[in-house]
Amino acid sequence: MSSHEATRADICALAVAECFRNDGEILVSAMGTTPSLGARLAKATFAPDLLMTDGYNLLLRRALPLGAKPSDDDVEGWMPFGSVFDTLWWGRRHVMMGASQIDQFGNQNIACIGSWQAPKAQLLGVRGAPGNTINHVTSYWVPNHNARALVPKVDVVSGVGYDRAAALGARGGRFHEIRRVVTNLGVFDFNTPDRRMRLASLHPGVELQEVIDNTGFELAVPDDLGRTPVPTPDIIGVLRELDPRGYAQKEVVG
Amino acid sequence: MADKRMTVEEAVAEVSDGMTIGIGGWGSRRKPMAFVRALVRRGVKDLTVVSYGGPDIGILCATGQLRKAVYGFVSLDSIPLEPHFRKARQEGTIEAIELDEGMFLLGLRAAAQRLPFLPTRAGLGSDVMHINPHLKTVKSPYEDGEELVAVPALNVDVAFIHMNRADAQGNGQALGRDPYFDDLFCMAADKAFMSCEKLVSTEELVAGGPLQTLRINRMMVSGVVEAPGGAHFTECPPDYPRDEAFQREYANTAKDADAWEAFRSKYLEPNEADYQRAVSS
Repeated sequence: MSSHEATRADICALAVAECFRNDGEILVSAMGTTPSLGARLAKATFAPDLLMTDGYNLLLRRALPLGAKPSDDDVEGWMPFGSVFDTLWWGRRHVMMGASQIDQFGNQNIACIGSWQAPKAQLLGVRGAPGNTINHVTSYWVPNHNARALVPKVDVVSGVGYDRAAALGARGGRFHEIRRVVTNLGVFDFNTPDRRMRLASLHPGVELQEVIDNTGFELAVPDDLGRTPVPTPDIIGVLRELDPRGYAQKEVVG
Repeated sequence: MADKRMTVEEAVAEVSDGMTIGIGGWGSRRKPMAFVRALVRRGVKDLTVVSYGGPDIGILCATGQLRKAVYGFVSLDSIPLEPHFRKARQEGTIEAIELDEGMFLLGLRAAAQRLPFLPTRAGLGSDVMHINPHLKTVKSPYEDGEELVAVPALNVDVAFIHMNRADAQGNGQALGRDPYFDDLFCMAADKAFMSCEKLVSTEELVAGGPLQTLRINRMMVSGVVEAPGGAHFTECPPDYPRDEAFQREYANTAKDADAWEAFRSKYLEPNEADYQRAVSS
């Protein structure tokens, strides 16, 4: 992928990066290809203060291309799993996770499909989603936006949504924030009075009806609905350097 | 000082049917697989396994020895979901206690500190509270009055861990970049057993790496086993990486009962020395 023409995948990667723009000096944990690329783009450009690991236990001082092995010179610190837990309970973290299902209040399921007691399909399990979502900022990435993923009700609430957080009271839910949901069709947030999911911007080339048809619940749609920004040639150049093999291009269809 | 050297067979002889065992490592990383293989040969059953799970839980699901799994996840890392665990869950052949990964750590810490529970925000509002009806919340006794999850202690009868180096007295060294929580597993257990890649003198142990690598002290363990390749096929850096080809072969056996039987008779019935010969050839 050497072209400097923006693809849908590039638009998604920039939209992911924008989630982290004003985070400052916190740990970013990005699960999956496009989240990893977007987080690296943010660090390489407008959010250099972000802390990031190699996916294992090294904190890296610079954003490396996807799949690249860090050299000693790239390392700035140590973040074994014990420190990851301490950091997430401390709140200095923004995670972007995937979502096998997500509902209109941002409840996310990665655990299983069907009832938890007798799953039709066992997925990853709740993993760290309950603790992440109640302790610090979370965003989500959905590479294939459809009505089986964006559902009225998720099968197992792994990541906590706004209705569940509100039910805990002002104190219990005070560290809960779902910043954004980025999909292959658009960018979504929860900036509505009752914290229902809102279409924040449509990716270029996507029609509103396509999003509505592929969403299993009623989305809030603002009157002044905008388009997701297209990366500049400079940003596209950085994306090509960070993803020389085009992994993100394969992940995002459209 | 006591010489705690023993064989894997002597260590797993401490495990009887129905016990709760803790297994160190993380996913498919530095798992005490020589002990797991010995548990398979011993044939103990109705086990409850407490683990940041990987092929330890998967194998014991496949052999039918695991009755109940207590976990933060069960993963092979490069294969995100352990396929034998997936099969057991979908076929309903095991009980499961699924905790948030951080809750699991607090449960270990509570056990290590001999506390009934430790409080956390993790779990609040999520279905972890519904799928685990035994979980309760606790109200802060201070002015804030905050409601928190009381994660119950994860006490275990016997714990197994694998280290890079150890001495005969039970001091152990983790030379990889992440120590994981093996010390807590030992402290959460009535008895703990440590295997190691290489048994060395105390002098060599101390000289072998920075002091911070000496994560296990001899109070924590009852027995030490020298088991080169004892974490195979999981990774044990810097001694060896994960055997991805072997892991794929293992993972594929979840789809095919004949393949599993062949794997089991080839790799899990022979003793540890024969296993190591089989996988190195």
